[in-house]
Amino acid sequence: MIPTPFDYARATSLDDAVAKLKASGGRAKLIAGGHSLVPLMKFRLSEPAALIDIARIPGLSGIREQEGRIHIGAGTVHHDVASSALLRDKCPVVADTAAQIGDPQVRHRGTLGGSLAHADPAADYPAVVLALDADIHLKGPKGWRVVKASDFFKDLFTVDMEADEIIVSVQFAPVRAAAYAKLHQRASRYAIVGVAAALDVSGGRVESARVGLTGAGSHATRLTAVEQALAGQPLTPAAIGAAAERAGAGLTHVNADIHASEDYRRAMVPVFTRRALEGALRRATASTAGRQRSGPSSSGTRWR
Amino acid sequence: MTTTPILPKLVGQRVKRREDPRLIQGRATYVDDVTLPGMQHLFFKRSDIAHGRIRRIDASAAQAMEGVEAVFTGAEIAELLGPMPIGTPYSSPAHRAVAVDVVRYVGDPVAVVVARDRYVARDAADAIVVDYEPLPAVVDPELAMKGQPTVIHPEFPNNLAVALVPSGTGVDAAGKVDDSAIDKAFAAAEVVISQRMVNQRLAPCAIEPRGVVAHYELGKGSMTIWSSTQNPHILRTFIAALNGLGQDQVRAIAPEVGGGFGSKINIYAEDYVASAISKRLGVPVKWIEDRSEAFVATTHGRDILGYVDLAAKRDGTVLGLKLRLIADVGAYNMLLTAAIPTLTLLMANATYRIPAVRATLTEVFTNKTPTDAYRGAGRPEATYFVERAMDMLAQELKMDPADVRRRNFIQPHEFPFTTQTGAVYDSGDYEKALNTALEAAGWDRLKAERDAARAQGRLVGLGLSMYVEVCGLGPSSSLPTGGWEHGQVTIERDGRISATTGASPHGQGNETTFAQMLADQFGVPIEHVTIHHGDTAVVKQGVGTFGSRSQAVGGTALHMAGGKVKTKMARFAAALLEAHEADLVFENGRIAVKGAPASAKSFAEVAAFAYVPVPLPEGLEPGLSEEAFFEPANNTYPFGCHISMIEIDRDTGEPTLLKLVAVDDAGNLINPLIVEGQIHGGLAQGIGQALVEEVVYGEDGQLLTGSFMDYALPRATDFPRFELHGCVTPTPVNPLGAKGVGEAGTLGSTPCVVAAAVDALSGFGVRHIDLMLRPEKLWRIIHGGQA
Ligand SMILES: Cc1cc2nc3c(=O)[nH]c(=O)nc-3n(C[C@H](O)[C@H](O)[C@H](O)COP(=O)(O)OP(=O)(O)OC[C@H]3O[C@@H](n4cnc5c(N)ncnc54)[C@H](O)[C@@H]3O)c2cc1C
Repeated sequence: MIPTPFDYARATSLDDAVAKLKASGGRAKLIAGGHSLVPLMKFRLSEPAALIDIARIPGLSGIREQEGRIHIGAGTVHHDVASSALLRDKCPVVADTAAQIGDPQVRHRGTLGGSLAHADPAADYPAVVLALDADIHLKGPKGWRVVKASDFFKDLFTVDMEADEIIVSVQFAPVRAAAYAKLHQRASRYAIVGVAAALDVSGGRVESARVGLTGAGSHATRLTAVEQALAGQPLTPAAIGAAAERAGAGLTHVNADIHASEDYRRAMVPVFTRRALEGALRRATASTAGRQRSGPSSSGTRWR
Repeated sequence: MTTTPILPKLVGQRVKRREDPRLIQGRATYVDDVTLPGMQHLFFKRSDIAHGRIRRIDASAAQAMEGVEAVFTGAEIAELLGPMPIGTPYSSPAHRAVAVDVVRYVGDPVAVVVARDRYVARDAADAIVVDYEPLPAVVDPELAMKGQPTVIHPEFPNNLAVALVPSGTGVDAAGKVDDSAIDKAFAAAEVVISQRMVNQRLAPCAIEPRGVVAHYELGKGSMTIWSSTQNPHILRTFIAALNGLGQDQVRAIAPEVGGGFGSKINIYAEDYVASAISKRLGVPVKWIEDRSEAFVATTHGRDILGYVDLAAKRDGTVLGLKLRLIADVGAYNMLLTAAIPTLTLLMANATYRIPAVRATLTEVFTNKTPTDAYRGAGRPEATYFVERAMDMLAQELKMDPADVRRRNFIQPHEFPFTTQTGAVYDSGDYEKALNTALEAAGWDRLKAERDAARAQGRLVGLGLSMYVEVCGLGPSSSLPTGGWEHGQVTIERDGRISATTGASPHGQGNETTFAQMLADQFGVPIEHVTIHHGDTAVVKQGVGTFGSRSQAVGGTALHMAGGKVKTKMARFAAALLEAHEADLVFENGRIAVKGAPASAKSFAEVAAFAYVPVPLPEGLEPGLSEEAFFEPANNTYPFGCHISMIEIDRDTGEPTLLKLVAVDDAGNLINPLIVEGQIHGGLAQGIGQALVEEVVYGEDGQLLTGSFMDYALPRATDFPRFELHGCVTPTPVNPLGAKGVGEAGTLGSTPCVVAAAVDALSGFGVRHIDLMLRPEKLWRIIHGGQA
């Protein structure tokens, strides 16, 4: 398959990328792993006149901890997220999610920033950044901007990001008591339904919960009914089960395709919500504190 | 005296495939690796609607593009090429390589661009504007049979590609049908099982899509064509015919071929068009299929609907089988399209002594990609219909599925066995295969495990399937190309062996198995043997590799040619050694006098003498090269038994295959390692059909599974470790006793996995589940909806 002709330039730094993007006047697109963009170009569904490659910008990838928060560079490939010792220790849900994306080839090329920017309705990361209440750090010609995950996903393939902005990193407070559960579409391995749940736990109770859903609708959303049902509840399977039952509430548009009808998808939302919550519960009971904060870490690359 | 170490016999050994190092190191030459000076590139503009009349094609913008050599529309190609031939005796609509006035499926070519490179060709194709008058799309074969919503080929009323082929008890050679026996069987029945079953459409998905390079040399007036094909000699025949050339003027080459699974038997529009354009323009041209194209432009497989009725006594004895088949063949007849479902008719008897069989076949045109052979080709469908019915009978009678089958097997002493549908099974011991599988799987223990799991609320099920396959195709009476194979063995001057085979392996490992045979036959190291194939200028004659025939037919031809050379070589050696040829033994790279090992000549010495024979032994011509055609007297009929265990997720309906045991009897094995590899591949595709693979069209005839994002192939992680067990019943049809194993894995696996799913969900009152086992479908059964 052959795309339409395009120019190609490699950005040497973040500022260089921003400058090139601005200079192109909307004709150029960033390319990171290329695993969402290139398939579109091959089908000629996307025909950018130029590509600006950000894959080798120094410091755009890497995972580190700073002042109790985890920073993941937008250019970090799924495989590096999946195998990060820091994440496995402090916030395993992110690593688990990355490990379930596509196949090994995809995981060695695709990036966190590309996944969020592309905002495929069936992508996995969006559910997790919602559950972690992550901040998405963007840079554009006008400087830095921080968007909360819950404000970021707007619609089908649409996010709160200007055409000349770049996602630089995703930052969040790590939560151990969090898990992701996913019904795989058996061809692409994307999520038919994917749910990420994060619990703040204290004294055997759920202080607060955040649940992110992907796959079901046009874009990833928080399941606020479930979150509210859990707040203040005891940390028990029964409470979780009851809360998960509310997962379908308020879902207006639900996707349908040859892999899953609307009915089936709708029915899967509470199932995977329960599974995600159960996973989070297991982690909550395994570790003493639900949310662990730790001091700044010196390891990892810097990107800003 | 020193003796060379004894060379071990290789036939029957697990010799590693000689072809693999070059394949896995990326050192093999595929069609796309062929580059010729001045070569132009083709791109096919294809229909993006399922059915429509072409009002106008405007190629002017494309023609004006820099680097575009030419654009041909369907009408212009029709001036160069007649309609594409088919290889079956059924009447067929004229099929133009490039559509002339009507497009009949998404992917039907409408124009061809010839350009400097693939990029320009692709851009130019985008610049061609085609104006269509859309026509209603025919998608459902059962509606199509009523001529609804329209008729695709006016000369085929009600879209009937083949109106009705009857087969079975009481059908005479002229096709006259006497139903008295089958009616009697059903009248006497104590129980009748009736079920409509779908054997869904699949995409073959060879790892290497198709490709062709055609080079007509104006100076010589001859054509060389490289194509990713399973049968270069058949390709040559048809390319010559359509280009008005003699077969002596065409050289067809199948370089390394990255899989075919039956889809590369057919000679395609792109082969014909490339050859015709090269001849017209006098330049070499190349076309390489991309993956998206492959989903629409390469033939699909299966897609047969079966209405099955099984009559039996309450003790499980089968009295009669009715099988009404409706094959959705897509928009056109390709080379073997019409013949593939007739193999389902032929194999309707399965492994059972069914006293009365009535099988009928109707083939229907729809606005879809045409079907043709796909691994198993008609036999998996037959196996599926009959084995599912046997399971339903067992369920109805509350019998163990193994017991119902055991009660009806054709017995070992009954071979050769002529079935109601006219097949003559060569040899078999079905009960042995069943018993071997039951024991290997630990059937009773598995049942206990299943029941224990169920007691915990888990949905676990067991399935079992027998199969018998028709392989080693086949006497010339059964194949329009001839059913023989050709082999030639040459002992070179240095004592090394060059052999050619008309089989055209593309993953089967015959470079290894054939070399094993020849190394043993001549007592030389396997490293001294080279097998050549896939080039009609090197391999004098051939039919090709399909129908699990290369070992049984091609292997035998080489074995026979080897025997002829050996006889001649013995006469040269006898002259050198002053011995009697009957007293000579070929071993350890030498030819020695039996009982007098000191009296010997090296293989190379005898070979050298044969080419410089001074003095020439009386009655001999110089040289050591002999050929043979092997015409088998019959097909071979390998068989086996597959068992599976499956668990279904109660919440989601997702099936997980827990266990798969396969007993496959392919007769004598040349190389068990290669046989296991073939079975693994077959199992993967058979299980894939049960669990994940399905070509889906929308009501408008749009292909909804047009890429791997939507068409699932099974992955290694979807499988448990396959447990393979042997069972050897040699065939009397060829001297090797080998039956064929390339397709076998696809036969038993699909029904046994479905049977296991039905068993797992039997608590919900389900008797049958149509392919494939989508989680949603299973979930609906569990949660009370419709399947
Ligand atoms: C076969 C296959 C299976 C897949 N399976 C899954 C799956 O199971 N789950 C899943 O979630 N995903 C899946 N994906 C998608 C994969 O994760 C992609 O890699 C990812 O969605 C995009 O990341 P990328 O780096 O490849 O982005 P690219 O393709 O390079 O870019 C995608 C888009 O994002 C923009 N972009 C990229 N980086 C940035 C940035 N830093 N700032 C702003 N814009 C940016 C680009 O301009 C482009 O518009 C699959 C992909 C394939 C090919």
